[in-house]
Amino acid sequence: MRRVVVTGLGLVTPLGADVETAWANLIAGKSGAGPITRFDASNQKCRIACEVKPAGHEFGFDPNKRVDHKVQRQVDPFIVYGIDAACQALEDAGLTEMSEAERYRAGASIGAGIGGLPGIESESIVLHEKGPSRVSPHFVHGRLINLITGQVTIKYGLMGPNHAVVTACSTGAHSIGDAARMIAMDDADVMLAGGAEGAICPLGIAGFAQARALSTAFNDQPEKASRPYDKDRDGFVMGEGAGVVVLEEYERAKARGAKIYAEVIGYGLSGDAYHVTAPHPEGSGAYRSMEMALRKSGLALEDIDYINAHGTSTPLGDELELGAVRRLFGDAIGGLSMSSTKSAIGHLLGGAGAVESIFCILAMRDQIVPPTLNLDNPSDSCAGVDLVPHTAKKRQVRAVLNNSFGFGGTNASLVMKPV
Amino acid sequence: MSETADRVKKIVVEHLGVEADKVTEDASFIDDLGADSLDIVELVMAFEEEFGVEIPDDAAEKITTVKDAITYIDEHKA
Repeated sequence: MRRVVVTGLGLVTPLGADVETAWANLIAGKSGAGPITRFDASNQKCRIACEVKPAGHEFGFDPNKRVDHKVQRQVDPFIVYGIDAACQALEDAGLTEMSEAERYRAGASIGAGIGGLPGIESESIVLHEKGPSRVSPHFVHGRLINLITGQVTIKYGLMGPNHAVVTACSTGAHSIGDAARMIAMDDADVMLAGGAEGAICPLGIAGFAQARALSTAFNDQPEKASRPYDKDRDGFVMGEGAGVVVLEEYERAKARGAKIYAEVIGYGLSGDAYHVTAPHPEGSGAYRSMEMALRKSGLALEDIDYINAHGTSTPLGDELELGAVRRLFGDAIGGLSMSSTKSAIGHLLGGAGAVESIFCILAMRDQIVPPTLNLDNPSDSCAGVDLVPHTAKKRQVRAVLNNSFGFGGTNASLVMKPV
Repeated sequence: MSETADRVKKIVVEHLGVEADKVTEDASFIDDLGADSLDIVELVMAFEEEFGVEIPDDAAEKITTVKDAITYIDEHKA
């Protein structure tokens, strides 16, 4: 099998719209949470979110930098975030100008969990109030989940595999894993891979709140709301943004002298086959996903120094993931650090696995692990595990494991290490 | 320049993201302003909203330049 490495990174997050800004803010222990500003949320149970900040904010996002004005008008925010992150990744990899022959062997696998919910919501109102003749001709292709891949491959002329994963909150991790396999299996030499989300709208917040998934006890203290593993956690805080990496076949990357961040050495995926929203009570799917990724990587349990947890800050999910990690790692759990960066940027849903994989890569680059914010009183089950409370921690990081689990009982895990 | 022309050009600039000085009366939406067929559907909808006119599909198909739009609107607006 061909080896697959990461040669480019791109991020749009609530803590910064480029890789270095987002990472610096994350390591500094900043929070991207605040009151919802996109719409009047005064009648919602949950009135907070981790929004991508507007241009002009100290770490805001300016869509005009990389996304055409016309495209911005036609598509939902998740597509704008995804295009920008993909452009950043290609620029970082030095691959914005590829030959035609190279472009036949270059593709994209950039998904989302939910897709264009804000646009579906607003256009439904147009249909109801003004009738079908007022519905935008760009409505459908401005909301479809595979249209980040569509837009980016058109922009750069990439004619290889054209793919988009939709596995709820596992999307970003599955996207990277699937794309890595396409390169390993010789279907492509270069793949843009990642995920995006932009579902902070009345319907999105109401829907997740009604499913009892969102934090509702911290509306007056938004920065305290996302508190994975803490006794007072009561649900996740919705985030938005995108993460995209450039994956490249190793020999090709080496031959062109590319900057190589990491190698994707393990990918595991499984299903809970249990319940649409609740995780398996014994964490069976999480365990098998991690076990498969580690087995494929060929590493020993002791080789993993950092786990970026799914850790959404829900009462049940955090507990079960930690239990599965404990069962799998046994005594080796004492040597690793595990944190949830959702404590700082919220839950990016379909973007989470990709954004968090990038944080894992940067943890290896800088030999520092990001913190779990607000971990004031860890649950009893956390004893003996370094969950990196409050502040980032300098330590050896030789290899990393990233977990993502989603509604529908879908699980994905990735193992990476430097080449 | 007529008031209709001003308002038409403003809509074209906003929807197609083109420089205002490129939106001359002779400019073709597709050949000169980078529109595709769906952009024209959207433009026609915007004209209908702005001027309170109805532009049926067969008439819309004949609107290919900025001037075509201005002429149609001036002839049909209330």
